[in-house]
Amino acid sequence: MRHPRPLVVEALTALGLILAPYVLPYLGFSPNTVNQILVWGLFGIGFDILFGYTGLLSFGQSALYGTGGFITAYLLTRSGMTSVPLALLIGTIGATLVGLLIGIIALRRTGIYFAMITVAIAEMFFFIENSPMSEWTGGENGLPGVPSPVFELFGLSWKVGTGWSMYGFLAACYFVGIVVALRIVRSPVGAILSAIRDNPLRVAALGHSVALYKLTAFVIASTYAGFAGGLLGVLQGFMPPDAFTFETSGQLVMQTVIGGVGTLFGPLLGAAVWLFLSDFLQQTMGLGATWKLVLGVIFVLLVVFLRHGLIGGFRDLFRLVGYKDLAEVEAEQAPLDVARPAGAPKATPMPARHRERDDFAGPILQASGLTKRYGGLLANSDIEFTVTQGELRGIIGPNGAGKSTFFKMLTCEVPPTSGTITFEGQDITGKGVTDVCQLGLTKSYQVNQLFSRLTVRQNLTIAALADLRGKFRLDLFRNPDSIPGLHERVEHTLDLVDLVARADTIVSALAYGEKRRLEIGLALATSPRLLLLDEPLAGMSPRERVETVSLLKSISRGRTMIVIDHDMDALFELAEWITVLQEGRVLAEGTPDEIKGNAKVREAYLGGVLDE
Amino acid sequence: MFTWANLVSQMFNGLVLGALLALISSGLTIIYGTLGVLNLAHGAMFMVGGYAGYLVFEGTGSFPLAILGGALFVMILGVAIERLIIRHFYDRPPEDQMLVTFGLAICLVELVRFLFGGLSKSVPPPAWGQGVTQLGFMLYPTYRLAVVGIVALALGALYVVLYRTRLGMIVRAGIEDAVMVDSLGINVFRIFMVVFGIGAMAAGFAGIVNAPVVSLSPDMGEAILVQTFVVVVIGGVGSFPGAILGGLIAGQILSITSMINPGYSYVMLFAAMTLVLLVRPRGLFGPRSRD
Repeated sequence: MRHPRPLVVEALTALGLILAPYVLPYLGFSPNTVNQILVWGLFGIGFDILFGYTGLLSFGQSALYGTGGFITAYLLTRSGMTSVPLALLIGTIGATLVGLLIGIIALRRTGIYFAMITVAIAEMFFFIENSPMSEWTGGENGLPGVPSPVFELFGLSWKVGTGWSMYGFLAACYFVGIVVALRIVRSPVGAILSAIRDNPLRVAALGHSVALYKLTAFVIASTYAGFAGGLLGVLQGFMPPDAFTFETSGQLVMQTVIGGVGTLFGPLLGAAVWLFLSDFLQQTMGLGATWKLVLGVIFVLLVVFLRHGLIGGFRDLFRLVGYKDLAEVEAEQAPLDVARPAGAPKATPMPARHRERDDFAGPILQASGLTKRYGGLLANSDIEFTVTQGELRGIIGPNGAGKSTFFKMLTCEVPPTSGTITFEGQDITGKGVTDVCQLGLTKSYQVNQLFSRLTVRQNLTIAALADLRGKFRLDLFRNPDSIPGLHERVEHTLDLVDLVARADTIVSALAYGEKRRLEIGLALATSPRLLLLDEPLAGMSPRERVETVSLLKSISRGRTMIVIDHDMDALFELAEWITVLQEGRVLAEGTPDEIKGNAKVREAYLGGVLDE
Repeated sequence: MFTWANLVSQMFNGLVLGALLALISSGLTIIYGTLGVLNLAHGAMFMVGGYAGYLVFEGTGSFPLAILGGALFVMILGVAIERLIIRHFYDRPPEDQMLVTFGLAICLVELVRFLFGGLSKSVPPPAWGQGVTQLGFMLYPTYRLAVVGIVALALGALYVVLYRTRLGMIVRAGIEDAVMVDSLGINVFRIFMVVFGIGAMAAGFAGIVNAPVVSLSPDMGEAILVQTFVVVVIGGVGSFPGAILGGLIAGQILSITSMINPGYSYVMLFAAMTLVLLVRPRGLFGPRSRD
């Protein structure tokens, strides 16, 4: 990830927050409205990390907003605590812990299930606040009398009042919130979260713990929600019970979408639009309660036509009038035909990562009695398969021979019905695909599994991070550039798969052959000791095939590889040893020449017509 | 206060609520199962059904006509929404589909509030449904008993459509694999439109049938939507039998807990959902592979 202009966003935010009190009143914003916008904006930063960056749409953020708010308000009004910052801190921590718990339950499912579960949980919190807990929360009356903070430093005392004085306090909180969020989204964790949004299965296959990273995003969102909830009580001097309602969650979602998801600033802009329209339509236009109907219609139109909210709309508008991002300019200037000129020097492949057990000398992979049954269909039956260190094994077989199922079992994407798989002497049967990748075994897919909204370089970074950082690490504030070896690994892989000129292009804009090379590159960037390639030549032009075969040859040095393909000529040229599968069983094994001459193989492929 | 008589009468209340939830959830679940769209406006459809029936009742004074009018209106509304908006969202991510239906829900709720005002409206039960019925061991409001019967008939009709007709066969095949159905030369889009209409109608029908039991308000759909979610998570998303069983279970949990302490009814409902998620994440009848 490149950050050519560090801290520009932070500086602009600070400038904007300082100038706001001098500009916004002329646009008709009262200080109280601006303060509310800041609280919503802060609430939304966390939600945007959850939805915009990680792709998890929660309709239950009110549960955490209310939790943080009521803990803070309770401490300040009923427990005798006088320090507002301390109460805010405890409230935020409380919401974070509750978020951890909710996340563990809700994240058991994805997509619509996740959304439905969050709705149900939030509704439950509303009822708990209202009834069983009403002695602590004031029930339907909420908690009045939340004090404003007083800061004392070196004998100076600042008692935060209302209006612009409160603004000063909230703006400082917002600034801290946005700076922290910017660090998070630029950290390795942020990169992985964006990848999860695009393709969670591949993130898992590359060796990252998707479940834990999703939980991280959920907890981060909870922290922001709890903090914002606490500030709501402080701002209003009163903690309202409707912080817990479904409407609060809905408003947050709508504001974020209106402003623009995946931008961090979208929720702030969305809140400004929302509150401005609320004032304008109700007061100036005299619409009364009907204003929400107008808003609903605007929202639907926005979702239908402007998919990236207002910020996305502005960006598209800039593009229309000719402005382009730096990365886009570079990408356009790059030559379109990126195939390497003949005879150009090719990078030597990075060595595979070190083994944990250097003394291990047995076969790198051994499968015995491997069987997979789908209902009544026997996809693989009793396969015995051994690959020695450094080998380049080819697997061929007619369509439906069970090759892909076999590969999926080897990489632990699907568990075998029976049989065992041993990798470097370690039994990996029943382990997950993530753990197996961390051990040094990965696969490139038959159908491209890329992160289509990220650039080529970002794609490879995700893959390299898995090996360099392990399955899960909470380096939320780390600059990826400071990870030793990351830059070299990514640049090297770029060179190896011949995508240097396309490094900053968004993957969805790549040509098919380039995507195929990136697919192999993703697997390579995890520096596996055993690399499985599922039909790497599929769909390639003859010229691309020749190039890819030579690429495969070069990366096979110092690494064990197993290649499935239909292109028998290519495989006979590449592999030293071939396994032929038919109808889920091993039909034959041998050198390419032996296989070529094998009568059973010829019969399997050609139906015996050459058996003269 | 716990007494046996109380418990039995609460279980009857639970049956009424459960039957309604089962019908509404069936609508939600067949829409999701076939179209792959989670309709967040489903609760609003329930509410609109109630109001449409109310209008018909005000105009004609006939309760059967109100049921017919309410249900048909919501079906037409569903078909129109599918044609005009949802259709453009099949290729978009599920999050976009949820956002647009969420927005539609707000539009419907606010439109009803604009047209009818925020005050609640009530539809009296039909003449034959007024008063109470002597069940031998207790007295129970006649109309509530009738609700169970009416809803059971509606569910039966839905069952016949889904399991005994060509359309139903296609719909169930579509739940399994919409791409395959499409490639068999069946116009999936037309099926989608019909399914969305039927699903919406199930909610609208429940809305008007329920109207004499509780008064109508524009926001009534929200609580129902949340309960419906719990029902389909428990029953398994996309499963018609799951929606019915889940609805009945949810109805009992809500009303029995209400008897002991109303404040905990949602907590218990949610606890049941959590239990199902922990023990059997795909729900009681959920298809194995869908996620």
